[in-house]
Amino acid sequence: MNNVRKQKRANKSLPFFFKDEFKVSFIIIFISTILLITTFSFDIVPPILNRGIQPATFPKALLVLIISLTFVVYFLSTKKPWKVEKKLPKTFYLTLTGFLLFVLISKTLDFFLAISILSIFVSYCWGERRIFYLLLVSIIFPIIVFIFFETILGLRFPPGIITNIYYQV
Amino acid sequence: MENLLLMMAPLFSSKLLLVLFFGTLFGLILGVLPGLGPTTGGALILPFTMTLDPLSAIVLLTSIYCAGTYGGAITAILINTPGTPAAAATCLDGYPLAQKGEAGRALGMATVSSTVGGIFSVIILVFFAPLLAKLAYEFGQPEYFALAIFGLTMLASIGEGSPIKNLIAGAFGILISTIGKDFMTSIDRFTYGINELSEGIGFIPVVVGLFAISEMLTQSTLLDQVFKRVALKAVKLPSINDYKQTWKTILRSSGIGSFIGVLPAEGGTVASLIGYSEAKRFSKKPEEFGKGSIEGIAGAEAANNAATGGAMVPTLALGIPGSATTAVILTGLIIHGVRPGPDLFREQPEFLYGIFGAMLIANVLFFIFGFFGAKIFARITLVPNKILWPMIFAVSVCGTYSLSQSILDVWIMIFFGVLGFFMRRYGFSVVPVIIGLILGELVEGTLRQSLVIFDGNWLMFLTRPIALTFFILSFIALAFPLLRSKKNKK
Repeated sequence: MNNVRKQKRANKSLPFFFKDEFKVSFIIIFISTILLITTFSFDIVPPILNRGIQPATFPKALLVLIISLTFVVYFLSTKKPWKVEKKLPKTFYLTLTGFLLFVLISKTLDFFLAISILSIFVSYCWGERRIFYLLLVSIIFPIIVFIFFETILGLRFPPGIITNIYYQV
Repeated sequence: MENLLLMMAPLFSSKLLLVLFFGTLFGLILGVLPGLGPTTGGALILPFTMTLDPLSAIVLLTSIYCAGTYGGAITAILINTPGTPAAAATCLDGYPLAQKGEAGRALGMATVSSTVGGIFSVIILVFFAPLLAKLAYEFGQPEYFALAIFGLTMLASIGEGSPIKNLIAGAFGILISTIGKDFMTSIDRFTYGINELSEGIGFIPVVVGLFAISEMLTQSTLLDQVFKRVALKAVKLPSINDYKQTWKTILRSSGIGSFIGVLPAEGGTVASLIGYSEAKRFSKKPEEFGKGSIEGIAGAEAANNAATGGAMVPTLALGIPGSATTAVILTGLIIHGVRPGPDLFREQPEFLYGIFGAMLIANVLFFIFGFFGAKIFARITLVPNKILWPMIFAVSVCGTYSLSQSILDVWIMIFFGVLGFFMRRYGFSVVPVIIGLILGELVEGTLRQSLVIFDGNWLMFLTRPIALTFFILSFIALAFPLLRSKKNKK
């Protein structure tokens, strides 16, 4: 209880630009504004081909709506501040790093190698130390999934150092 | 009579019975596992349905929907963690009753009321979906536009969390649907020179990302959580006394759940909360609520399962999903070349009544599985997250890749996973994004076609009585949360 009070007090004393309400609203408005600017570069359809409205009009209206509503959300949050969220633990950032690794490896080396590395990485970071289970999630299960998708769905996975060996055999 | 026979068709097809059996089993497993659920499960299984015929595919998805909604109650009662959001209200009385050593009685009541709620809603579906479909014959483009707007505003007003945040999320969902080539003029929008984006962003990468991957990130923050499981000997059927005490509650909640289900919103979640609070309001012993009231369990469970049939009404009759899971089912229909709407009722009654019949059987099947197998299903929760989630990731990645065989889809899935995590963290529900994405093309298409019909005159919308009614209802839906908060302040 004391901790919650302390946290609330700490949040109240923060400058406005450090508060979650501001940061979230700012990010939404910033990205929406960039997208709104992008819509001005969409091709304009000549009147003879135009049906109803220009292709850019609808996304423009949506972005203006999002920006306006975000201002309302921020205005309301100044009256009723948001709940203070707990700091994210290390495991969250490690999982996020795992996703980055996945994207990098799947792009450069191999799709299935990426799945295996992410699986073992996440499982280990989340506290699994038993070798059998680490092998289960990183090798045995991905192989089962691969064979299942390959044979039952007839799927061809993207080329890579491991999948190439399989397809050449 | 003919329709009744069509409904019985799944009973006479060994293939459909097998699909129903596995769908119900899989749905129960998904429902039991906290963080997963029928929406994520349905999205993950969607690529596999490509190997099935359309009826079997939709039967599989609907049986997952029915059983998954019930499955959430098992974990809610035994470990005080709702397996699905729709089972959140079941925790309030289910777990306290289980702690008193009556876990079997609590699960028995949850199983019976879920089955009754589910069957009640299928009856509503059988009667009301064709009526709504007939009404939809009167709909032109302006009416469909107004209906889609009504759906989105309802989602904002009776969904979970802040209505304005829900509206932002819904608008964001529609915005995603505008990515790619404009379907009327073929002009690229938000593609930034990436050819693969010309086709637009698929539904599956977004759903799997927003539900499965964001949940994986959420689980990464909850690793220190310890679940205490209450001992369970066997599920007990409710006693005559329990029935006497709860039959009115079950019927009332079944009605509430079916009605809420029809409205485009977070279906079961909202229905169970309203069903629970109404059960408390009408109860002779409201002081027992929160301490293990059998009426509380019945109220919440009948309502959330009744929402399944209700949510299928607009999905099949109008092509407007009633919940996130029905949005997945709608995608399944579209992938298999079936276009929901009034024509479906006229041209393919055997397909529709086959689905109705399958839902009815799924409700009976999960009763049997739940009654005899709850103890085994509860054990599934013992699978550690550090093993389960990497496996779910592998299936998510392959499932997402398989639909268009595009690695970009997998990256989009991860992007939406991270986005979904932060959305949920800051109080933005992800369900409106899904509904917005699926309704986006309908909203924009009908708006633009209406403007062509009206020669660009926006005021002409007000000359169409049905469209005007939907706009008035949308306005009421938007004003409702404002009035509610004012009333609460008083």
